[in-house]
Amino acid sequence: MKAPAELKYSKNDEWIRVEGDVAVMGITDYAQDQLSDVVFVEIVAIEGDELGQGETCAVVESVKAAADIYMPVGGEVVAVNGALADSPELINEDPFGKAWIIKIKMSDPGEMDSMMDSETYQNLERDH
Amino acid sequence: MTEPTIFELSRPNRIGIRFPAPDVPLAELPEDFLRKDLPLPEVPENEVIRHFTNISQLNHAVDVGYYPLGSCTMKYNPKINEETARLPGFSQIHPLQPVETVQGALGLMHETQQWLAEISGFSAVSLQPAAGAHGELTGVLIIRAYHRSRGDLNRTKMLVPDSAHGTNPASSAMSGMEIVELPSDERGNIDLDALKAECDETLAGIMITNPNTLGLFDENILKACQLVHEHGGLVYGDGANMNALLGIYRPAEMGIDVMHFNLHKTFSTPHGGGGPGSGPVGVIKELEGFLPAPLVVMTSEGDDDNPAIYDFIIPEQTIGRTKSFHGHFGIIVRAFTYMLTLGKNGLKDVAIYAVLNANYIQARVKDVYHIPYERTCMHEFVAEGKWEDAPEIRALDVSKRLIDFGFHPPTNYFPLIVNEALMIEPTETETKETLDRFVDTLLQVADEAKNNPEILHNAPTKAPFGRFDEVKAAKDLILKTQLPDDYLTS
Amino acid sequence: MYTSHTQADREAMLKVIGMDKVEDLFQSLPDEGKFPELALPEGITEMEALDELSYISSVNETPQELISFLGAGAYNHYIPAAVDSILRRSEFYTAYTPYQPEIAQGTLQAMFEYQSLIAALTGMDVANASHYDGATAVAEAVNMAYHNFRGRRKKVILSPSVHPQYRATIHTYMKGMDLEIVGEDLESEADPDQLISLIDEQTALVLVQYPDFFGRIFDLTKLSEAAHAEKALFAVHINPVALGLIKPPSEFDADIVTGEGQALGIPMSFGGPYLGLFATKKQYVRKMAGRLAGETVDALGQRGYVLTLNTREQHIRRENATSNICTNQGLIALASTVYLSLLGKNGLQDLAKLNYHKAHYAAERISTVPGFMVNPVQPFFNEFVIHCPIPAKEVNQILLTHDILGGYDLSQDYPDLSHELLVAVTEMNSKSEIDFMVEVLEEETHD
Repeated sequence: MKAPAELKYSKNDEWIRVEGDVAVMGITDYAQDQLSDVVFVEIVAIEGDELGQGETCAVVESVKAAADIYMPVGGEVVAVNGALADSPELINEDPFGKAWIIKIKMSDPGEMDSMMDSETYQNLERDH
Repeated sequence: MTEPTIFELSRPNRIGIRFPAPDVPLAELPEDFLRKDLPLPEVPENEVIRHFTNISQLNHAVDVGYYPLGSCTMKYNPKINEETARLPGFSQIHPLQPVETVQGALGLMHETQQWLAEISGFSAVSLQPAAGAHGELTGVLIIRAYHRSRGDLNRTKMLVPDSAHGTNPASSAMSGMEIVELPSDERGNIDLDALKAECDETLAGIMITNPNTLGLFDENILKACQLVHEHGGLVYGDGANMNALLGIYRPAEMGIDVMHFNLHKTFSTPHGGGGPGSGPVGVIKELEGFLPAPLVVMTSEGDDDNPAIYDFIIPEQTIGRTKSFHGHFGIIVRAFTYMLTLGKNGLKDVAIYAVLNANYIQARVKDVYHIPYERTCMHEFVAEGKWEDAPEIRALDVSKRLIDFGFHPPTNYFPLIVNEALMIEPTETETKETLDRFVDTLLQVADEAKNNPEILHNAPTKAPFGRFDEVKAAKDLILKTQLPDDYLTS
Repeated sequence: MYTSHTQADREAMLKVIGMDKVEDLFQSLPDEGKFPELALPEGITEMEALDELSYISSVNETPQELISFLGAGAYNHYIPAAVDSILRRSEFYTAYTPYQPEIAQGTLQAMFEYQSLIAALTGMDVANASHYDGATAVAEAVNMAYHNFRGRRKKVILSPSVHPQYRATIHTYMKGMDLEIVGEDLESEADPDQLISLIDEQTALVLVQYPDFFGRIFDLTKLSEAAHAEKALFAVHINPVALGLIKPPSEFDADIVTGEGQALGIPMSFGGPYLGLFATKKQYVRKMAGRLAGETVDALGQRGYVLTLNTREQHIRRENATSNICTNQGLIALASTVYLSLLGKNGLQDLAKLNYHKAHYAAERISTVPGFMVNPVQPFFNEFVIHCPIPAKEVNQILLTHDILGGYDLSQDYPDLSHELLVAVTEMNSKSEIDFMVEVLEEETHD
C-alpha cells in the first residue's frame, strides 16, 4: 500500500497535504483499494462552507460500498474538485494526486496533531 | 439471448386490447389539461405474451430448480394458494366496502391473526405491515410509543447485533433510534458482557434474530432478554427465521415482546421476484394498544343460527397507520390457506424437516467447507467459500459455478461477520435426492476451486448470460429504455 | 404434501448427522416451552381447503353482486386476461429478488421495462422498481426530501386534499424525524395555490395529489414555482390512469412523482397487495430509495440488466440508508408492466377518456336530482364529490338496500363534509347502472 511520506493521515483513511494555511484532502490508496471501482463521488461541501473536524464533506461510492468522507480538520472550504463528478475513477487511478477532494483553510492548525505520519498509518491494525 | 424491450417491439398503431365505445354522451374534454403525447409502446396481445413468456424463461425459480438461498426460505409455493387468493369473493372486493358486505374477509383476517398468535405465543397480531422491513418499522415504532407513553423520552438506544439483517439498523434509524452494534461471542451468540455494558436508562430495546443469521439458536437468549427487561428495555424479534420454530418453540416464550412474521418466507407465499411480501406483527399483552390501526376483532361469537360478526377497531394508543387499507390481503389469503392445509402437526413437520435438511447438508460438507461456528444448526448454516490452497477463489466464484449445475447459489457475503460467507438454507420441501445432488456438486466445486480455479472464475458458462459488468451499470446509469428521438412521431 | 421424507430418508439423514431422533436437533433450545401443544386444528386436504375458502369467499359481496361507485384510492377497472396469464408463470412468481443476474434476466428485464413505462407515463427521468403502495410511496417522498436536506429543513407542506390514509401514513413514518407538517388544517377543499403562503426557507417538500382526493384537476404551475423559489422539493401524487388523458406532472416541473398503481391491472383484493409508484429527476436518483435495475453488458457483450446503485440500500448502508425498504412489489409491478404494455398508447388514452365521459355523465345526471350538487367549476377525472341533501352516510345506506355501493362518505375524514359523497365511475360502470343509481336517489332521498 502506498502512503507518501510527505502527507499526513487520519484513521478514517483520509490524507492531508499542508500548503501554508491550506490543507488539501483526499482518500488514501488503501481506502480506494478497499472500495474497489469507484463509480460516483458527491462532494457535499461547497466553497465557503465552514465545516468542523469530523463533519461529512463527501460521499465516495463503488458498486459494493458507499463511504462517507469526514473532515480530518475543520475550516473553510476554499476549493472542491469538480473533476471527480465526471471522472470518479480518478480516485482509483491517482488517489494522492488528481483525485484530491477538497481544500480547506484550516481554522485550527492544531488539529493536525491528531493526524498520523506515513509509517504510523501503514502500521495501523486493520480488522481485515 | 438478449430479448428486445417492449418499447423496441412497438410499431405505430398496433393495438393490444380494445375497450368498448362509450355508452354515454361525450363530455367536453378539459382542453387546458390535455396531455400532448403519451410515449407508451404499441404492441399486439400475442407479441406481449410472447415477450414476457420469453423473458420468463431466463429466470431461475423454485418451480424450475433448487434454490437454497440463505435467509430467504425459498420453499415450494403450493398452487392451491394461488387459486384461493383469486376467488372472486377475495380478489374483487373493495377495501372500503361496508363491513357487513365483507364479513368473510374480516373473518379470514381474524382467523389468521389467531393462528399466528397461537403459533408464536403473542397476545395480538396486526396484519397491516406490507413486508418484513415494514413490520420492523412498525415494531420499533411500537417500542418507541411504549416508552413515550410512560414518559421515558430518553429511551432511544436500540441494540442491534453485528450479525443482523441490514433492515434492522435501517428500521431503527428511520424510527429515530440511535443504533449501537453488539458483537457476537465465539459461539455466535449475543455477547452478554457487551450487552450488559449497554444496559442503562437510555436503553429502548434490542433487535434479535433467533435463530440468528448464522442459523444458530442463540444459547444466551433467555439471559439476554432478561437483562434487557431488567433495564427497562423491550425485545424486538426479527421473525425472518421462524421456519425453524413452527410448532417447536414460541418466540414469546423467549422473552420477545414484539415480532414480525414473513408470510413470504415461513408461510409459503411466493416471493414474486422481490415481492409482494407481508409482515404481520405480533405483540405481548402490554403492547396491544399500540398496534397499527385498524385491527380485526370479533364483536359477536355467533351460534348455530347466526354467524360470528367481525369489525375493525382502532387500538387506543395506536402508532397510526403504516400503509393504506388493511395489509396485503391477497397474501394473507395464501398464508391462511397454507396454515389450514398443514394444521398443527404439518407446521411442526415444516420446522423439523427444515432443520433436519440443514444439518444433513452441513454434516456432509463440513470437512470440505469451513464452518466458522460449527454446532447443530437450525434451518440454515453459514460456510466459508474460501480455502488456503485456493487463494484466488472467493465465495462469489463458488456461487457462480453452482449456476452451471442448475442450482441457485446460496446467499453471499451475509452475515457480515463471516468472511466469504455462503449461507445455505435448504428448506423443508426438498427430497433427499435433491439435497444429495446439491452436496455432491458443492464437493465437486470445492475440488475444482483447488485444481481448476479457472472454471470457477469463468463461471457461469452454461447460463443464458455470463457475469455482468456492474461497474458499467453504476457508472452509465441507464435506468430506462433509450427511446429513439422519433419514437413519438414515427 | 409439501414435505417428502420417508422414514428411511429420516433415518439415513440422522445417521449422517450422528443423531438418533429428530428431537435431538433442538437440544440448544430451552426445555421449558419446547414442543408446545398448539391449540390449532389438524391439517386438511387441498380439496377440503378449497371448499372452506370458497365458502368464506362467497360470504363477501363483490362488484358482481353490487353496483359499485366506490373509489377513494382503489378502483374497479377491467383487467385483461393476458395480465394474469403472465402472473401465473411460476418462472416469475416463484423467483426471489434478482441477486444473481445471470439467472434472473426475466425479473430484471421486467423491472427495467416497468421503470421505463412509469418514467414514460409520469414524464420523469427515472422510476424505481416500486414501493408497497401509494401511501408508503408518499411517505418515502417525505423521507427522501428530509434526507435531501440532511435534516436541516424541518417543514413539509401537505395538502388537505391528499388521501387521508396517505397523510396518516406520513404521520406514522415521520414519528422519529424532526419534521413539522403544515397545510392539512386549511379548509378541506382548499385549492393548491392556498398552500403557497406556507412555503418558506425551512420547507423541504410541498406535496399535493393530482387529480386530488376529491377527483379535481388543478394547474400546479404556480405552486411548483413557489416551492422552487424557496429551493424546496415539489412532489405530486398521481392516478396513473388519469395520465392517459391529462398532462403529466413533469409539465409542472415536479421533482418527485408518486402514485398508487392499483388501477394498472391489479385486483382490488380488499386493499392489497397494491403498487407504490415512485419517480424523480435524474439529479435525485441517489436520494431515492427502492430497488433499481440498470442496463449493462455481460462477459460475452450481451445486453442485460443488474440491480444497481445498491449502495443506497439498507443491506449495505444499514442505519445510514435513507430507507429500510427491502422487499418491493415485484410481481405487482410485473402485472402493471404487462397491463401498460398491452394497453399501450392508444389503449390507455381510450380507457382514460371512457372513465372521463362516464364520470361526467354520472355527475351531470346526479346534479339533476333535487338537492344534489356537483362542483361545476373545477375539472375532474373519474371521481367527484356530490353534495347531498341528507348526510352522505344515509345516502349510502339507502343505496345499499338497492345493492349499490354509493361512494365514500367523506365525513369519516373531514368532519365539515358531512353531506359529501365521493363517487368514482370507471369503465366498469354501464350507463344503465348510473341511471339506476340516479333513479334510486330521485325516489328515496328528500330533504
